[in-house]
Amino acid sequence: MYGFEAMTFNIHGGYLEAIVRGHRSGLLTAADYNNLCQCETLDDIKMHLSATEYGPYLQNEPSPLHTTTIVEKCTLKLVDEYKHMLCQATEPLSTFLEYITYGHMIDNVVLIVTGTLHERDVQELLEKCHPLGMFDSIATLAVAQNMRELYRLVLVDTPLAPYFSECITSEDLDDMNIEIMRNTLYKAYLEDFYRFCQKLGGATAEIMSDLLAFEADRRAVNITINSIGTELTREDRRKLYSSFGLLYPYGHEELAICEDIDQVRGVMEKYPPYQPIFSKLSYGESQMLDKAFYEEEVKRLCLSFEQQFHYGVFFAYMRLREQEIRNLMWISECVAQNQKSRVHDSVVFIF
Amino acid sequence: MPEGECRPTMDLFRSEPMQLARVIIPVESAHRVISYLGELGLFQFKDLNTEKSPFQRTYATQVKRCEEMARKLRFFKDQMYKAGLISSTRSTYASEVSLDELEVKLGEQEAELIEMNANSEKLQRAHNELLEYKLVLKKAGEVFNSAQKSATAQQREQEYRRVERSLDSPLLLEQEITDLSKQVKLGYVSGLIQRDKSMAFERILFRATRGNVFLKQYFIEEPVIDPISEQKLEKNVFIVFHSGERAKNKVLKICDAFGANRYPFTDDIGKQNQMVTEVTGKLSELKTTIDVGKHHWGSVVQAISHQYEHWNNLVKKEKSIYYTLNMLCFDVTKKCLVAEGWCPVFATNQIQKALMKATIDSNSQVGPIFEILNSKEPPPTYFRTNKFTNSFQEIVNAYGVAKYQEANPGVYTVVTFPFLFAVMFGDWGHGICLFLATLYLILREKSYSSQKLGDIMEMAFGGRYVIIMMSIFSIYTGFIYNEFFSVPYDLFGQSAYDCRDPSCRDATTMGLIKVRETYPFGVDPVWHGTRSELPFLNSLKMKMSILLGVAQMNLGIIISYFNAKFFRNDIDIWYQFIPQMIFLNSLFGYLSLLIILKWCTGSQADLYHVMIYMFLSPMDDLDDNQLFFGQKYLQILLLCLALVAVPWMLVPKPFLLKKQHEERHRGGAAYQPLHSHDNNHERERSGGHEEFEFSEVLVHQLIHTIEFVLGSVSNTASYLRLWALSLAHSELSSVFYEKVLLLAWGYNSVAIFIIGVIVFIFATVGVLLIMETLSAFLHALRLHWVEFQNKFYQGDGYLFCPFSFALISDNEE
Repeated sequence: MYGFEAMTFNIHGGYLEAIVRGHRSGLLTAADYNNLCQCETLDDIKMHLSATEYGPYLQNEPSPLHTTTIVEKCTLKLVDEYKHMLCQATEPLSTFLEYITYGHMIDNVVLIVTGTLHERDVQELLEKCHPLGMFDSIATLAVAQNMRELYRLVLVDTPLAPYFSECITSEDLDDMNIEIMRNTLYKAYLEDFYRFCQKLGGATAEIMSDLLAFEADRRAVNITINSIGTELTREDRRKLYSSFGLLYPYGHEELAICEDIDQVRGVMEKYPPYQPIFSKLSYGESQMLDKAFYEEEVKRLCLSFEQQFHYGVFFAYMRLREQEIRNLMWISECVAQNQKSRVHDSVVFIF
Repeated sequence: MPEGECRPTMDLFRSEPMQLARVIIPVESAHRVISYLGELGLFQFKDLNTEKSPFQRTYATQVKRCEEMARKLRFFKDQMYKAGLISSTRSTYASEVSLDELEVKLGEQEAELIEMNANSEKLQRAHNELLEYKLVLKKAGEVFNSAQKSATAQQREQEYRRVERSLDSPLLLEQEITDLSKQVKLGYVSGLIQRDKSMAFERILFRATRGNVFLKQYFIEEPVIDPISEQKLEKNVFIVFHSGERAKNKVLKICDAFGANRYPFTDDIGKQNQMVTEVTGKLSELKTTIDVGKHHWGSVVQAISHQYEHWNNLVKKEKSIYYTLNMLCFDVTKKCLVAEGWCPVFATNQIQKALMKATIDSNSQVGPIFEILNSKEPPPTYFRTNKFTNSFQEIVNAYGVAKYQEANPGVYTVVTFPFLFAVMFGDWGHGICLFLATLYLILREKSYSSQKLGDIMEMAFGGRYVIIMMSIFSIYTGFIYNEFFSVPYDLFGQSAYDCRDPSCRDATTMGLIKVRETYPFGVDPVWHGTRSELPFLNSLKMKMSILLGVAQMNLGIIISYFNAKFFRNDIDIWYQFIPQMIFLNSLFGYLSLLIILKWCTGSQADLYHVMIYMFLSPMDDLDDNQLFFGQKYLQILLLCLALVAVPWMLVPKPFLLKKQHEERHRGGAAYQPLHSHDNNHERERSGGHEEFEFSEVLVHQLIHTIEFVLGSVSNTASYLRLWALSLAHSELSSVFYEKVLLLAWGYNSVAIFIIGVIVFIFATVGVLLIMETLSAFLHALRLHWVEFQNKFYQGDGYLFCPFSFALISDNEE
């Protein structure tokens, strides 16, 4: 059906696409970031944000402001918008929108499980969870002692259940296990999302496969770098890579045997799209890699708005907003801790 | 600019003359100056600090303070809303407070309220918890009682059985019963859970303990207030029976995870009763405490609500003042603030007076300096409208704000808009309905303008003077069409026509004869219901539409002459206005002349034929269609004139503009040194010399000419909508009258007649009064925006929006 979306897309998706494009035009611009970076106090930030779409969410906050409040309120806005879109959406867009939140669900599960492992208060952990990844019985996660219980008690009711098939073991939970679980889940999630988008077909499949492939490759690189020097075997590492993307399959073979960051770099520079990212980094450096990847991602996400009649814009918008919130968090932290010299380190301009 | 000339005031026709003024204000009196200017509301400040972000400006801290106070006020409003108080619009006593005092006061009040809220919240929570506890005690008590009863009953029965037929009883039964004492003591947890979570709760409990629990739930009919979220929720009382310590831990954890409130419970009936009385006692105690607290809180909120409106206005005013102060820039010495902005020329004295007053009131040694700047920047457009003309001006502004001092079609719109509407809506019955409805709005103007109305009501209320004019005009046209809910009346004397003989049998075949003078006003009622009614009315209305259209388009072109004259643009007069007049009138002006001639002489000439053959074969004889002597030669002359007018419009203007530009360029360079330095500066700022692109001008003129030539045909045709809508309206109303009201009358039954009347009323109100009004309104709007205004209206100005306190309080959410 490729090429015929224009005839039928607007019947169900037209309104929401208009909504999401409207939301996208509310994203902060480079001029806004420049102004924000010059702020002296958190109140200045609030004052500046009150002129943007965040205004109504921040206006009733009493004056000694905290970074967490700002982030919380900004996230609340995103969540409100998401909920509004989800309410209006019909199949298959509603499923697509739900897929977007699964990533947060995985993060939340991992957060709670790790937290309980270190004997933190559940309530406190719940507050830290991303509101998009909440599900009913999330608090019950604290009861579980091992993977099998985790699955049997709680996750079987959530959309994450099918992703769990690969990591059900009776081993007790520990940090390493949890991290592997996170990556396995994420791998299964990305693959499932990828398959779903392929099934949708048309421009959605085309654009989303590009975005998801980038996501998968980025995760592969991150897994590799993070697992250097740990007891994770090559085989295990290989298993955590998603089975699609630009690096699949040959790049994965090579990444699996990397021993240090420069080897990773050697592998990645063979792939033209990733070459500019790595060529910007000096040898042996991995600090700036995250930012470089974020910048590349934002570029790709923005490009997806150039085409019409596909669902990629919803994914892109959610991701861009999250990036914006990360930016705001970084700026507010820098301002709050008087580290203004570092304010530009981690801010990714969206426009 | 025509300054020295003595002209009559052109209040609405030309926008107010404006001037760009600079005010230099000493810092110490700046606040007062701005506040007086705000009260005056005739000065539009220009932002001189565009490159600075809001928090870098001079008065950013004050703006922040005001915002903080506004936040506190919103909090109070919230509290007032909770207390069910609506702030009295006029505060009982408006004591003057300064901003600083107010800030302190607001802070104190807020802290007090917050503390009170926290206390009452704590009490409320305890109260709600006890309420829930009571519920648990009641429900769980019932369970245990009934269980005990049934258990004892069972036991008794079994004992009875054992006595009766001891032989048949199973041997192991005895063992089973005697084991009672040895049985593991079951633990239990009781509490309340939200109803929609109860299913998941049960499921998780089952999974976590592998089915080794027994859960019992009981509905509570009324929603319970949750102690933590303080919302009314539907809840279930649950009791979980479990065995063993590990299971207990799991159950407790799950309860916590589901936000279920647990309450202790004993199975001892005596203790239960004791607990119930204890809880009831505590509840009544808490209740009185809470009530006292509430009363106190209410009185505090009440006190705030008296002053709220006053404070709110004050804070809003202060915020707007500081916001405006932020638009001013410091001069070099840092002792003065410099403001620039637009103000109407007539307001110069008022502004200076306000500045003087501010100087005196603030005991400043130096007064502010008010000077007028020259600027090439186009000034804003400002019309002084009143509540009557305002809505008509809004209709024009919705299309585009007039260029500075351009002729304003709003003046004519006041009359032509309702008139064109009425041509399409001619029925004096409907007109009277509309009139009465709008009259009601106007009479209750005072009370309506102060309250908030719904979307549609707001629109109707805003346009009440437009609608009342429309209704008056439609009563007038209704008399001309002689229609009252589609029924004609002979109010102005008797019909001019009558039957040939009293039996009136030949009325349809032979027609009537004229026996009296012509019916004095409007359409003769005798036309109604005849076979020739429609052809007659169509011909009348069609011709009338063309006459109205040609007249209005001519008016548009004539206004373009006034514009050209006002802006001293001779080229536009000679090469645009004159050929346009000639073109339009030689074709459609001539048609109008023919129409009037035909009406006056009663000739039977076919006007279509005349007009068509005027183009196709102008040399042919007109034969029967000749209306006057020499018509053929006049037509040839007019045709030639129209043909000449087209290149006249098209060719000379671009060349003349080019020549003019070249001259100005050469001349400009020659006497440039004569300009003062300041002027030059201003000119450069506003973009310097405009570039002259000949091809662009030529193409523009080509488009303009084609548009006018084609437009004069299509616009005239467009005015035929007057006829079409008027026809539709009268046909619709006659259908409702005949097919509903008369049909129902014909049945001779009261019930059917009542139904008929109801249907008729709803159809009249819904279709004719509301939908037809809307459609006629839209068509009148289009005729004004497109057919009338495209002849002369530029509409590329911008509105004058002065800094004014009156506008600020209007803009309240």
